[in-house]
Amino acid sequence: MAYDYAPFPYTPPLGLTEPEQRHAIVIVGAGPIGLAMAIDLAQQGVASVVLDDNNVVSVGSRAICWAKRTLEIFDRLGIGERMLAKGVTWKVGRNFHGDKQVYAFDLLPEPGHKYPAFINLQQYYVEQYLAERAQDFPDLIDLRFLNKVTNHTDHGDHVALSISTPDGDYTIETDYYIACEGAGSATRKRMDLPFEGQTFEEHFLIVDVEMETSPFGNHDTPERWFWFNPPFHNGQSALLHKQPDNIYRIDLQLGPDTDPKEEATEEKVIPRIKAIVGDTPFRLDWMSVYKFRCAKLDRFVHNRVIFVGDSAHVVSPFGARGGNGGIQDVDNLGWKLAAILKQDAPASLIESYNTERVHGSAENILNSARATNFMTPKSPIEALFRNEVLKLAADHPFARKMINSGRLSQPCNLATSPLQTPGDAPILPGFPMIDAPLEGSNVTTWLIAEAQGQFTLVTASPTPLPAIEGINRIGINQQADYPCFISVGGHAETRYGTDKIYLLRPDGHVCAVFDTVDPVAIKAAQDRALGATT
Amino acid sequence: MIFEDNLGPDSDAFYNALMNTHEGLTEAQSHALNARLVLILANEIGDLKTLTALLETARRI
Repeated sequence: MAYDYAPFPYTPPLGLTEPEQRHAIVIVGAGPIGLAMAIDLAQQGVASVVLDDNNVVSVGSRAICWAKRTLEIFDRLGIGERMLAKGVTWKVGRNFHGDKQVYAFDLLPEPGHKYPAFINLQQYYVEQYLAERAQDFPDLIDLRFLNKVTNHTDHGDHVALSISTPDGDYTIETDYYIACEGAGSATRKRMDLPFEGQTFEEHFLIVDVEMETSPFGNHDTPERWFWFNPPFHNGQSALLHKQPDNIYRIDLQLGPDTDPKEEATEEKVIPRIKAIVGDTPFRLDWMSVYKFRCAKLDRFVHNRVIFVGDSAHVVSPFGARGGNGGIQDVDNLGWKLAAILKQDAPASLIESYNTERVHGSAENILNSARATNFMTPKSPIEALFRNEVLKLAADHPFARKMINSGRLSQPCNLATSPLQTPGDAPILPGFPMIDAPLEGSNVTTWLIAEAQGQFTLVTASPTPLPAIEGINRIGINQQADYPCFISVGGHAETRYGTDKIYLLRPDGHVCAVFDTVDPVAIKAAQDRALGATT
Repeated sequence: MIFEDNLGPDSDAFYNALMNTHEGLTEAQSHALNARLVLILANEIGDLKTLTALLETARRI
């Protein structure tokens, strides 16, 4: 059944009839990034206005692969479990050369995590869940559909916006302007900021088909299947994914010399799908023809204007680094903005969002560009090496590792950022925390769910944790006057060690580790993570 | 990186073996074999710094 694109209600905004007070945060764009941003801030008590020129969720499945780290962030935002329940869980990828499997990988071979390596879920569901979650904060999230930003001006200490609605135009002011409008960001264009990188010449056809019978054949488990030189498609590559509602994503590489308009027609697409699924009945749900592009802004912070998600950076899709990268932006920015607005941190902390996420997006672009280069050889010699890697892979494990059909999204390591205090532990400063199953008094829970959202000390050692203002505490296998849990299955001890104390940032990244209780050092590490200048 | 002779008395034997490996192949087949050989040797060396230096040296001539 096709998704019901029900429109969100439009209400004439206050600004049409009387001047609005200056807002702390205006978010431009109510896609997954903008909505997640508003919810993250609302959970910390920070109010925002969200403006969108449209009034429906995005059309077509678009971003479908949500990585473990993203699900952990969505768990904190209140929609992780709903996504998991609806989504198609998968963790195994298979690469084929012709009709032969050459390499398979398991992205989460170990148990003891609340969320799987990946789920597939159409972007429109994620947006719907986020929009519904946003309704839980009627006093903090002011969601304004059919409100199109036509201009903005940065006045140094605030930004003024001109907005157009079906009932006329109005203006508002905001302390911070968060651009979450996606790859075509009008904010970026108005500011004439260079958005540079690499565009690949190959055209790709992306098709969603609904069918009762699985094209994975007798293979019941949903997986990611990728073909080099597929037997059913006269082109370089093909990709198959399962989504909820019996919808299958098929990506076909079409080559550089195709006419995108002509290819995105039922007449051209149906025979291509029949070549894969044979006579099995199917319904075309969505299709699009696109080119790969990797590009980013030099800086994501421009005084009071902050770019988040695709408005700041775009990557080619094989690797699921677009939506997942954007949610990591939100995760990184939310607690920092809240700390600045509550005057727990200097305004300069915002610069660390720039540093950390420019680094993260550069990593995503590097990986995506490498995958794209492998998938789309630019010259006969590149094609030759690619084919010989695929041939060697049959007998040689080292060559299997060179096969690159997309290096799938990994959480970003922020070790190089100045917010972290260097140290040594099983999970090093800069890395995101790792989940572990826990048991409290009659409740089964997860470490990430307990710890994320505020500065938290965590230990699986017997050492009692000190009381420090502004820092939560979680003891594992301890008994104390702060929340303590019993580790289930020994995962917490294995992952965190039994002789370390971790200080976690609100986004769950480790910012410091300690061998002994030293309240002064712990406080200093927190101050450092909050951007204190020493 | 080693620029001085490292094969010792086996230089001629290696060169001969390399030529023999290509014997009877078409030019396209030989190119493919060379590509495989580069990949196999790279894995054998296994050190990115050394490999990068080797790649630059090969490109320079």
